[in-house]
Amino acid sequence: MSTIQKLSTKHLLGIKYITEEDIHLIFETAKNFKEVINRPIKKVPSLRDVTIANLFFENSTRTKLSFELAEKRLSADVVNFSSSSSSVKKGESLLDTVNNILSMKVDMVVMRHPAPGAHFFLSQHIDANIINAGDGTHEHPTQALLDAFSMKERIGKLANKKILIVGDIMHSRVALSNIFCLQKLGAKVKVCGPPTLIPKNLAMLGVEVEYDLHKGLQWCDVANVLRIQLERQDIKYIPSLREYAQFYGIDKKLLDNLDKEIVLMHPGPINRGVELSSDAADSHHSIILQQVENGVAIRMAVLYLLASSRGGN
Amino acid sequence: MSRGRTILKSKPFNLTLERLSHQIIETYADFSEVCIIGIQERGVVLAERLLALIQNNSKQNNITFGKLDITFYRDDFRSRETPLKASQTDINFSLDGKKVVLIDDVLYTGRSVHAAMSALQDHGRASTIELVCLVDRRFNRHLPIKADYVGITVDSIDEAYVKVEWEHIDGADKVLLFTPKREQI
Repeated sequence: MSTIQKLSTKHLLGIKYITEEDIHLIFETAKNFKEVINRPIKKVPSLRDVTIANLFFENSTRTKLSFELAEKRLSADVVNFSSSSSSVKKGESLLDTVNNILSMKVDMVVMRHPAPGAHFFLSQHIDANIINAGDGTHEHPTQALLDAFSMKERIGKLANKKILIVGDIMHSRVALSNIFCLQKLGAKVKVCGPPTLIPKNLAMLGVEVEYDLHKGLQWCDVANVLRIQLERQDIKYIPSLREYAQFYGIDKKLLDNLDKEIVLMHPGPINRGVELSSDAADSHHSIILQQVENGVAIRMAVLYLLASSRGGN
Repeated sequence: MSRGRTILKSKPFNLTLERLSHQIIETYADFSEVCIIGIQERGVVLAERLLALIQNNSKQNNITFGKLDITFYRDDFRSRETPLKASQTDINFSLDGKKVVLIDDVLYTGRSVHAAMSALQDHGRASTIELVCLVDRRFNRHLPIKADYVGITVDSIDEAYVKVEWEHIDGADKVLLFTPKREQI
């Protein structure tokens, strides 16, 4: 029972809107929750009077599962909603949908939405705490937090560490949130991928671009490999997946040929044989499964810290 | 708030710790099924001191020791302006069938102890739980909780504040009582 701390924000809309201190506070808290989820009884009663709605207007398996587990391990009441089975299909607006759900006395909203900025819009119209679980190609803050947390666990403080993000940077909300988060923690970030999948003005964020995968891997301490998001590509950006795999796929041989040990990460789901070969994904370089475990701890920390800013009833 | 008045000086303070350790040894004699658990953060300091005394006085060195953080179990979560910072919980053993000696520095409303007992349940079913506190503020309880081993008893009004200081942290072993000035009441 000591030093009282608080996040600087009421919502987690994106890494862009939080401070470095917030990130450290989330990490500190997540460390404690990681201990909780490794106990035989993986549950604490902190949020027993809080109701959380998970609104997923876009498909998700692991993020939804991870949030739901985090909520249940904090003893919150949980309601789930996915657009495929809802009145959104009948033409209801986002604000109406959410206001209807909030009238049932929901305290916090975890939302994934295909439109970038949907959370920001919502945060100006409703009272509940909003957590962004992915908005289009914009941000996916909890993923970036768990990535940085996992890196820190493996290689220590991130200041001046070199992180390479490989793959479909243009369509990736994970890439953008990662860039914001890693830079706030003082790391150096480069991206690597085919020119058609690198956004034009990336230099404005202070990020360098490397088109040669081998050079990029040689430079970095950690490689965060992203999935090719075919579902977001309305036109063809790459000739074929096979060609992509040949130039930007990482396999064990490539890793063994490097002068140093690097850490390999992937936010999932992996397309085995495309961006990562099976022998690389399952090698000792990879911390992919630790990322998933840390995901629950990070989400518990975010929910806990935001809920505590709500004040009494 | 006035400057603190020392109500337990270093010498009697250490005698009190010594007495508590002997009382605990008197109850348990054999410590193989006993575990000593301190409540984060100030309770852990007291627990470590008592553990050393108990080991020394009973000549038993393998006493199980743990640290318990109760932040996530507190019932005043969200009624506070700002959240409390959590500390580490370090209990890497099951409490099933163990005799738990739970230690906190000041017993006041009883809410911390209540939260601690819910937290302990998540680590297994202890056969017994006993409570040790260095300072018992007996007239300020909110819940029907009482300590089994008490260092000193302090009768004070609700607005007062009791602080336990430690030699290796604050420079001297002592207990201080802070009372508000008359016009502030």
